[in-house]
Amino acid sequence: MKIDKNTINKIARLSRIKLDDKESEDYIKDLNSILDWVEQLNEVNTENVEPLSNISSSILPKREDVSNDTNSSEEILENAPDKLEGFFAVPKVVE
Amino acid sequence: MSKSSLKQTLKDLDTKKISIRELNQDYLKRIKENENLNVFIHFSEENVLKQIDNLENDNSAKKLKGIPIAIKDLFCTKSMPTTAASKILENFNPTYESFVTQKLLDEGSIFVGKTNLDEFAMGSATNTSFFGNTINPLSKENEPLAPGGSSGGSAAAVAADLCLGATGTDTGGSIRQPASFCGVVGIKPTYGLCSRWGIAAFASSLDQAGIFSHNVEDASILLQSIAGFDQRDSTSAKVDIPNYFENLDDDLNGKTVGIPKEYSIDGTPMEISQIWEDAIKVLEKKGVRIKNISLPHTKYALPTYYIIAPAEASSNLARYDGVKYGFRSDEIDSLDEMYENTRAQGFGKEVKRRILIGTYVLSAGYYDAYYLKAQKVRKLIADDFNKAFKECDFIVTPTAPSAAFPLNEKQNDPIKMYLNDVFTVPASLAGLPGISIPFGKDKNNLPLGIQILGKHFDEQQVFNTAVSLERSYE
Amino acid sequence: MNNLIKGEKHDWEMVIGLEIHAQVKSNSKLFSSSSTKFGSSPNSQVSLVDAAMPGMLPVINKYCVEQAVKTGVGLNAKINNYSVFDRKNYFYADLPQGYQISQYKYPIVGEGKVTIDFKDGTSKDIRIVRLHLEQDAGKSLHDQNPSKTYVDLNRSGVALMEIVSEPDIRTPDEAGMYISKIRSILMYLDTCDGNMQEGSLRADVNISVRKPGDEYGTRCEIKNLNSIKFIKQAINYEAKRQIEILESGGSIEQNTMLFNTSTGKTRPMRNKEEAHDYRYFPDPDLLPLKISKEEIGKIKSSIPELPDELKNKFIETYKLSNYDASVLTAEKQTSDYFNETINSDSELKNHAKIVVNWITSELFSLLNKNNQDLINSPVSPENLGQLIKLISTNEISGKIAKDVLEEMFSSGKTARKIVDEKGLQQVTDQGEIAKVIDEVIAENPKMVEQYLAGKDKLLGFFVGQAMKLTKGKANPKMLNDILKQKLNKKN
Repeated sequence: MKIDKNTINKIARLSRIKLDDKESEDYIKDLNSILDWVEQLNEVNTENVEPLSNISSSILPKREDVSNDTNSSEEILENAPDKLEGFFAVPKVVE
Repeated sequence: MSKSSLKQTLKDLDTKKISIRELNQDYLKRIKENENLNVFIHFSEENVLKQIDNLENDNSAKKLKGIPIAIKDLFCTKSMPTTAASKILENFNPTYESFVTQKLLDEGSIFVGKTNLDEFAMGSATNTSFFGNTINPLSKENEPLAPGGSSGGSAAAVAADLCLGATGTDTGGSIRQPASFCGVVGIKPTYGLCSRWGIAAFASSLDQAGIFSHNVEDASILLQSIAGFDQRDSTSAKVDIPNYFENLDDDLNGKTVGIPKEYSIDGTPMEISQIWEDAIKVLEKKGVRIKNISLPHTKYALPTYYIIAPAEASSNLARYDGVKYGFRSDEIDSLDEMYENTRAQGFGKEVKRRILIGTYVLSAGYYDAYYLKAQKVRKLIADDFNKAFKECDFIVTPTAPSAAFPLNEKQNDPIKMYLNDVFTVPASLAGLPGISIPFGKDKNNLPLGIQILGKHFDEQQVFNTAVSLERSYE
Repeated sequence: MNNLIKGEKHDWEMVIGLEIHAQVKSNSKLFSSSSTKFGSSPNSQVSLVDAAMPGMLPVINKYCVEQAVKTGVGLNAKINNYSVFDRKNYFYADLPQGYQISQYKYPIVGEGKVTIDFKDGTSKDIRIVRLHLEQDAGKSLHDQNPSKTYVDLNRSGVALMEIVSEPDIRTPDEAGMYISKIRSILMYLDTCDGNMQEGSLRADVNISVRKPGDEYGTRCEIKNLNSIKFIKQAINYEAKRQIEILESGGSIEQNTMLFNTSTGKTRPMRNKEEAHDYRYFPDPDLLPLKISKEEIGKIKSSIPELPDELKNKFIETYKLSNYDASVLTAEKQTSDYFNETINSDSELKNHAKIVVNWITSELFSLLNKNNQDLINSPVSPENLGQLIKLISTNEISGKIAKDVLEEMFSSGKTARKIVDEKGLQQVTDQGEIAKVIDEVIAENPKMVEQYLAGKDKLLGFFVGQAMKLTKGKANPKMLNDILKQKLNKKN
């Protein structure tokens, strides 16, 4: 079994998703069966094969260094669940 | 229910046989009658009426003036909230308009509403939506069927004639499979043909916008409207967009069709093999040369896809954290608590499953074994198609391994659900254009789809083949 | 040079590497068109892309790419024709995307080196591992509200060049000199404004200690230091902390540390990413960045003279010492000022050392005292040149010149004008000086007696008295000579 309780906790933590025990159990089962299934890729010989990240064959387009002044803080904050004094607000962080 | 085509409607509007208001009133009426299908996440009659008012006062000529279009709720729209069918985007009102929807607005179309989908486009039945299932309009009473997914709402909206066309997105089959299930036309163009700007991302290297319509001609008109280069999307292609509709040519004489042997899969229902053979016969009659081809890595496409797509998704969905927009949990004793509870409560089960698997395959120690391996196999799959297209002009296959299935089937086994995409995923990985058109029925009189794949940016050939098959079938 | 520090039990050596974050001097951000202006009101320079709104996509800033290449050339580094942008995934309030776009496996610039110069004339190479482009995060403010952290995304997405050194640095001073040198190169290239106070240039310091000759020890990383003073303080404190632990039999835990600027102490970050796992992968929203040889050539040809080239030129042309030349070239404004001064009069070329001294000690101390910058100096290079010419032609003495410079500084008048108005020309008339000396000798017979009896030190007293009578204008050499002559005659 590739995914055990520890692993699921670790990846849930990395993903910032809280799981209860029941969910953990379910995901351990699901993820193990999915990982077993994708294991078949090991049958494929990929020696000397370049990984493909994006199908596009074009060159990365670049923009000119022109700054716009159309930004507005009201627009950016419009959908914020908590905003104060022009800032996004989140629970206090202690560094 | 007589469905008029977009092409015919444009003529009727032009000759004043019908007004924009009359036309849209008709659609509004049907939308209200079909509320039980749960096609729309957002529908506001008032909003539609306002758009009609605006267009009536607009004297400029526009290509799609007054045409009712439904928008998959993954496209950000200024005039309507955008949810991606997720609780985490509850009450999100974009202050911007996606590239694709802006194009449709510029052409004068009317947005009738935002259609339901699988949450963040992750699913094959439109049953992972926070806003409930969409019901396939072809369902018989007492036996609700799934419309397919993820763009099930858009496919159903066209099938139920609630609009003259709809936008969708296709990452591994999310346009083609629901088109097949709902008996409509659905095209996913080449990766990069339509800008992804303003579409909530699922898997960036695969996501592509496309169109649902009643027929191939309509699809060719609508695709032309939403295609084009966008400098705000670094993967957007700088290619000329032909007038697909004007160039439609159903004469396929002398062309070569590729028939991939790997798409004959054990367990495929007889009827599906049958319509595939029927399609090949029709093409043969039209003077098309039949070429048996091999795409040897086909069977690895699904596992490849189910590594790459979740990996990208796990990162793309990290921005939904309760800070800038959307849902935030009430249990927020610390920043981390806020993240963990917001995301636990805001995302549904399938989305969480994919985030977790994606996080795992990218994590230290597993990257090479899973993600890198999948990217390499993806290269082999793309190469398979490149080789095949040296020998043929287009490829024809079934769209999906089954007709529409009952709503609550297949819910508990993710792999079984993933197998729905077996015929659509390879072309997604290779970034190729593909269309699904209705072509025959199964024993329960449910529609079945045929898929036509073309070379990169050869949407014209895809349309030509599709229109030719469609005309022979009618 | 002995770089070792004494512990209770034996000597220790520090092993230090720096990761410098230099903000690219650009108008707009790395992947969006928002302005990069410093000090604007919160969240006013945030585009939909910077706030990571759904469906927003990055598009790279061409100018930032060019500046990274330029900087790479300035660091004598290999420019990579192929580089890739990766996503570094982690959650933090001021990281709106949930990932930072950076470069991991394939950076835009590879290995290079910079040279630092010591006072004793020796120098040392510090090797550069790489330079890559990445996005800055936003800013979290923890002290504005008792129960909340505020987030300002104005900085979010600003282009940074991360310059990573090998652990070649052995002392806090070397660390300071290294970052000064990098800053100098960036400012000559004009790729970064070098403003450490505003955070345009800041560093993470990796430090470990070892017994000389041993393998590297376990290191700690001190985050986000934005002044050379703090860098040195933090290194000193952290090295001592590590040595104390090791000498008492403990071991160092690899940790990320914060430096408290008011206490001068380091402490581990509380909010440790317990499982550091950034899950880097190529950003699928971007394609690989390819730069052709032609593009690199074009950028290379646009590069101005860099400090090291200029330093060698100064040494050769003006016969300056390595150290003087490196002080002059440490900042572009200084070498520019020197060039303008020395070229203001053909005579001055023969007095380069005097020019250096007047700039780096007299003028600099005035600027310091008045909290001013060389670039806004009230004394122009031409005027300073004129003053130095007055000294070199013996028209005024060096001592008077200092007063003249002060007045030039405060009034803005030229040296010539001040000297003329106040009649400060040196007295070089032998007769006049002799007359004054006679007066002094006559007035101090006792002193003369003592001097003649062997109290040589009294010569200074006579010089002082004579200077006083000439208001300091007497040519010191002539005064000395005539005084000795006259006193000895008495013998």
